[in-house]
Amino acid sequence: MDTIKNYFRLIKEKQLIQLVLIFLAPILFYLFSKSSIIFLLFLASLFLLYRIRLDMKIKGIVALLDLLLIIPLAGLENSYYLGIITQIVIYAVLAIGLNVVIGFAGLLDLGYVGFYAVGAYLYAFFATSQANNVIPESIYQFPLSGNWFWLFLPLALIVSAGMGVLLGLPVLRLKGDYLAIVTLGFAEIIRIILNNADKPINLTNGPKGLTPVKPPEIFGIVMNQPIHFYFIVLVLFVIVFISAYRLDHSRIGRAWAAIREDELAARTMGIPLVRMKLLAFATGAGFAGMMGVVFAARQTFVDPSSFGFMESIGILAMVIMGGMGNIRGVIVGAAAVVILQLHLLKELSTFLTQLSVSGILYIPSQLDPAKYEKLVFGLILILMCVFRPKGLMPAKRTMELIKGFRKKLTKESLS
Amino acid sequence: MDMIVQMLPQLLIDGLTLGFVYAIVALGYTMVYGILEFINFAHSEIFMVGAFAGTETLLFLQSAGYLENMPAPLALFLAVGVGIILSGLLGVTVERIAYKPVRHAPKLVAFISAIGVSFFLQDAVRLIEGLWKNAFYLSTPQLFDSSIQIMDTMKIPVKVIYIVAIAIVMMVALSLFVGKHKWGKAMRTVAQDKDTAALVGINVDAVISLTFLIGAGLGGAAGTLFSVQYTLISPYVGFILGMKAFTAAVLGGIGSIPGAMLGGLLLGLVEVFGAAFLGIATGGVIGAEYKDVLAFTILIIILIFKPSGLLGKAVVEKV
Repeated sequence: MDTIKNYFRLIKEKQLIQLVLIFLAPILFYLFSKSSIIFLLFLASLFLLYRIRLDMKIKGIVALLDLLLIIPLAGLENSYYLGIITQIVIYAVLAIGLNVVIGFAGLLDLGYVGFYAVGAYLYAFFATSQANNVIPESIYQFPLSGNWFWLFLPLALIVSAGMGVLLGLPVLRLKGDYLAIVTLGFAEIIRIILNNADKPINLTNGPKGLTPVKPPEIFGIVMNQPIHFYFIVLVLFVIVFISAYRLDHSRIGRAWAAIREDELAARTMGIPLVRMKLLAFATGAGFAGMMGVVFAARQTFVDPSSFGFMESIGILAMVIMGGMGNIRGVIVGAAAVVILQLHLLKELSTFLTQLSVSGILYIPSQLDPAKYEKLVFGLILILMCVFRPKGLMPAKRTMELIKGFRKKLTKESLS
Repeated sequence: MDMIVQMLPQLLIDGLTLGFVYAIVALGYTMVYGILEFINFAHSEIFMVGAFAGTETLLFLQSAGYLENMPAPLALFLAVGVGIILSGLLGVTVERIAYKPVRHAPKLVAFISAIGVSFFLQDAVRLIEGLWKNAFYLSTPQLFDSSIQIMDTMKIPVKVIYIVAIAIVMMVALSLFVGKHKWGKAMRTVAQDKDTAALVGINVDAVISLTFLIGAGLGGAAGTLFSVQYTLISPYVGFILGMKAFTAAVLGGIGSIPGAMLGGLLLGLVEVFGAAFLGIATGGVIGAEYKDVLAFTILIIILIFKPSGLLGKAVVEKV
């Protein structure tokens, strides 16, 4: 009891409101799982839970309760919000992967979604009857069963990482924006090939795409409910988060930071540039490929239009918004962008349509906000670059910070 | 084989027409890169705005009833003029708002800002056209419908002659301006060394604005010419074309003005011939739908083996 009292003494008024929110919002979300405002409030409480100064044990318990109990329970009531949360987690993993390439190693990769496509098509190819176009039915009758899903997660990771190395080997000698254009070209090439590889042998079924992709299966349970995917994605998220975090704080992560801040100096210090860059590229690509498998299984349908440049820019916007190089930041960025894209814009659209229908205010259908994702993303990118180039939650280990620290030291030694 | 020989002259004309459009757009990339070492990703959207400005001018003339009564070249000049002015002003505005504040930030930031501008402009044009015309795919009025028969297999449409003529005039004017004019000299100085240029009394900011004005103006002109030639435009028409024009700039050597012209023409020819012959060469396995892959493959190969391009100078990294 004493310890609890101590906490309350330390808590200031502002923190008290935050505390109330943290404990109240999940309960409200459970009770009113259909309200949009309470959903947003709940997400805000998750963010606050991370920011607030509190005993790690309490924080951990509340976080676990939120993630493992409240969200699934509320999700059973209302699968729409569960879908959005799953989407946030998927994009958070993708953003963490892209953050390894852009944020840690400083390589602008605009072809990221290409690897996502590789993973998705890899699973979709074997988990539909499509593979029978190459392997005769007498050898094996495709599709593979859902149990193979688990094998395809690491397999897609390896294949995509391999593709990353293959693409990286020639192009990583290029600098900055050249690399960006080449990777962008690469993603376009993959998309064009997926679009046209239905002849002479039908590999990808062209623009029509592949369907129906088998859902994952474990111990005879077919996992095709939103709640199943929430848990799959959550487990993958934890794995990727820990790997990215450990990488960042390892020798490799320090090498990446050195390359990002000053390539020449890094080379002088004996860091193997090409190997380290390839590693960053392959890591990001691998994460993307793995999530591609989940994407294919969740949608049960893949087609080339899901892997356009727009998707790459969406993920880029998450990384830039959250703060390049900061894993926690890009998670927040992913949440913000997904909510904006899937939730707020759509809500606004329906709201405006309702206004039009009821005749209060005439809004032309051309003005439908849901159609203007590019406008919104473009604005986010420009505003972030001009006003907060380091993102909402800047990374800590950068050259500028070290310079600032040095300045402070000299000032202290002078006075 | 006969078929190929018969196709050749026509393909040559198509390739050169496309090549001139690429070349003028590539000039915009190369001029900005020469001065700021920055890929103006939004240049493809400046091109697209030029295409819309030109088309809207022609549509206005048509709806007002002037188009039938006025000589077609005059209408073309008017459209190109409007395209140049609108795109040029847009280019300068974009530079002021989105690039100038990040000029001293890491290159990555400026590039991402340019991507943002590109996306913003695509949807902004879509929004404006959608509200105004209730459609964002526009077809440009036909200007010249006659063509000159030179051989049995070769027919040059009159509009192609005008398009190529305008392109050549603009290229010559640009070369003269950059080579002889006082401001052209200032531009070359700033491209070499910004700080020294500032020390000898050159207004670097003004030179940068001028570069964007000229580059964007050329892009706008190219957009208008493109819409007259291909007669169907959308807000998304710039993206792939811009990538290819950038490829052309890299092919010729980025930063080099003659390089951009050469690269554009070469790429136009390669693409048209590639689209025609890919199917024949591979027995129908790979067809014209892979022509975009061809351009990107060229880009990747040049960047790997000769990043300085055909006419560019190799850059030595200074420590």
